[in-house]
Amino acid sequence: MSSVHDAHVPSLSDAPEQLDFTVVESRDARRARLSTGALIGVVGLVLAVLVFSTSGVARFALSDAFADVQLPTIELPGAPVVAVCAVLCLLAAAGFISGRLPGRWSMLAGIVAGLAVTLGFLTWAAAGKDLPFPVANQLAGTVFTATPLILGALCGVVGERSGVVNVAIEGQFLTAAFAAAIVGSVTQSIPAALFAAVLAGVLMASVLAVFAIKYLVDQVVLGVVINLLASGITGFLFDQLVQPNSRVLNSAPTMDPIPIPLLAELPLIGPVLFQQTILVYLAIVSVVVVWFLLFRTRWGLRVRAVGEHPEAADTVGISVKRVRWQAVLVAGIFSGLGGAFFTVGSVGIFSKDLTVGNGFIALAAVIMGRWHPVLAATMALFFGFVVQMASQLQTLNTPVPSQFLLMLPYIATIIAVAGLIGRTRAPAADGIPYTK
Amino acid sequence: MAEPEPRTNRLRAWASARWRDWTITLAAFVLALIVGAILMIVADPEVAGNFAYLFTAPGLALGAAWTKVSTAYSALLMGAVGSPSALAATTAAAAPLICAGLAVGLAFRAGLFNIGAQGQAVVGSMAAAWVGFSLPLPPVIHLIVAVLAGLIAGALWGGVVGWLKARTGAHEVIVTIMMNYIASGLLAWALTTSAFQRPGRSDPISPEVAGSATFPQIFEQLHVGFFVALAAALVVAWVLDRSVLGFSIRAVGANPHAAGTAGMNVGATTIITMALAGALAGLAGVMAALGPSVNGVPTPLSEGLVGTVGFDAITVALLGRSKPVGIVFAGLLFGGLSAGGLAMQSVAQTPLTLTLVLQALVVLFVAAPQLVATLVPFLKARKGSVSLTGADA
Repeated sequence: MSSVHDAHVPSLSDAPEQLDFTVVESRDARRARLSTGALIGVVGLVLAVLVFSTSGVARFALSDAFADVQLPTIELPGAPVVAVCAVLCLLAAAGFISGRLPGRWSMLAGIVAGLAVTLGFLTWAAAGKDLPFPVANQLAGTVFTATPLILGALCGVVGERSGVVNVAIEGQFLTAAFAAAIVGSVTQSIPAALFAAVLAGVLMASVLAVFAIKYLVDQVVLGVVINLLASGITGFLFDQLVQPNSRVLNSAPTMDPIPIPLLAELPLIGPVLFQQTILVYLAIVSVVVVWFLLFRTRWGLRVRAVGEHPEAADTVGISVKRVRWQAVLVAGIFSGLGGAFFTVGSVGIFSKDLTVGNGFIALAAVIMGRWHPVLAATMALFFGFVVQMASQLQTLNTPVPSQFLLMLPYIATIIAVAGLIGRTRAPAADGIPYTK
Repeated sequence: MAEPEPRTNRLRAWASARWRDWTITLAAFVLALIVGAILMIVADPEVAGNFAYLFTAPGLALGAAWTKVSTAYSALLMGAVGSPSALAATTAAAAPLICAGLAVGLAFRAGLFNIGAQGQAVVGSMAAAWVGFSLPLPPVIHLIVAVLAGLIAGALWGGVVGWLKARTGAHEVIVTIMMNYIASGLLAWALTTSAFQRPGRSDPISPEVAGSATFPQIFEQLHVGFFVALAAALVVAWVLDRSVLGFSIRAVGANPHAAGTAGMNVGATTIITMALAGALAGLAGVMAALGPSVNGVPTPLSEGLVGTVGFDAITVALLGRSKPVGIVFAGLLFGGLSAGGLAMQSVAQTPLTLTLVLQALVVLFVAAPQLVATLVPFLKARKGSVSLTGADA
């Protein structure tokens, strides 16, 4: 059974075909380059078509209407901006497909294309509308929505760096969200709810650990089954216990934003970064903590060693199983915090399967972030941006049906996974149980 | 050089392996029922409350717990196999589970995790239902066209995943899960359009499927679709064990690099396997869309029509160890759980979601035979890990 993130091993048949460049390009790199170019090209063409349905001025409000310091609202002429964005995309696509872009330029082309797509679609959506597109809301919402994704991605990073694939982030989220809702409702206390969520996350992580590390169950199968189990148990307890007594058991308090003195007053950056809930701050701090743990401590070195080469780690006297146990349980803390977001962190009430695939999006962020905490958190922010944009666009009354807007994050995940995965490499022993 | 083992010894080894599989599965099922019972007791405040007097009045606590558990489980049993009509309901629930289980199991054999049977079943049900309620076709042809439409829709939905995997290496677990959400979004959108929404209705529900596109009933809920599912299992068994395609599927599942070196087209095998798996899951959607319900008419297309068949299918495939015969039995078992679960919900007021817990627990225990052997001492378990996905078989 292959592990979750197969690094592609070139076979003998992947011999270089073209020798007319000084640098020989592998078949995989060529394929990745061409598909990236084709994708950007298609999006550029779509934008070009949209130019004809764009009329009027697109307005972008940089500050919230209630902010003390009002930044100007930017007005952009709709059709010309969309046209320029379409042209930029097509140029970038041409650059990719021609293959004549030097290394640094191709990265630049990718960034330009990404920005042009975002700006182009937002301008198209906002052009001619009465309401300006709220940029501050969008960015603040991005950080807020990305919070569980960041925490889930950190959970994935810590576990997988030690060699245990975690497909069960979704299940850990769900259990933690449930625990936070129940304990929060009964105690009416946020710290107690957070504690319960962390406990639930660690408990589910220990199920993963015991079956993956002790009983050597295939980790992807295990993850999928744990998700089903989490969905079943929370669903059953919800139907049997919570639903009939929802006033007592499903009325958890929600977190209020805690403005950080002085910093929260900053225009644009203030509301985005410094007027958030405690969970958001925790997520940001966690990224630094995980980075420090993994790359600056002895424990982190051991975690990475057992994830890359467990035999070597064993030879120098590190207990592979113990380190993996520790890593999976520590990872559970983060998924527990992430799960709390769905109940006490946002709406307060639990409903069945309320995590709707966020655990898997977090897993995608792990892979695209190359198993690095900071990169994975950045990817989580990208997904948060898309989710938030989908909900902002719903309020703008675009001609796109709302069901399609809700699909956006999932489509973005597929594109990102398909577009980037060829260039990532998992920890070498990821998903392989260790037996002496 | 090792001597080839005598044939009788190999047969004996084979038989004892099968015997062990069966006993482990049985023990896992019993353990799952026990955990389920504990969950039921804990989740019922009245019953659990009696445990405060466990030492003063043990009879009260144990009696209440026994009543609760035995009522629920006997309702479950009666609803599954208690009467001819219960058996018919079990087959009706098993038919889509078998198809979707084959979809997951076939992909497992190629080393692919098809978590997307749900989405494939959704698009399959959409296509089949649409043909069923909007095309005016003569009786037998109508049914065949509707089934084919569902198969093709599912094959496309699964094939895309295979194509992405083969072309870009995108991991199918993530892609299939995202495709599930996209499929349900698509269905939600379609049910607001004039092509799918029932005229005169504002809620998301489709017109009723024509009688000419409905699977003929045989006895109460038992319909022709069940035999179609059994036939699908036979076809999958034949493909896997007797065809060139099946050989390359198993070779790619065992070791893609070796298969590639041996000259097999790994990418093409991946795409074909995922398309076939998608078609099988699409067939599960077809069963949901065209299979007659209790009143003899198929349930019209709505957002929850296929239920959670795609996720139940994962447990079916794992319990069936990704082998067609095993999947048929696992499908019947979980079909029984599902039919009995409905009875349990109405008779014993125990939520249907308990059956999901039981399913997941059974598979979890089956996956860890050493744990089962620790808990049930008279069972001997093999050392090391087992493969439920059959990819290295």
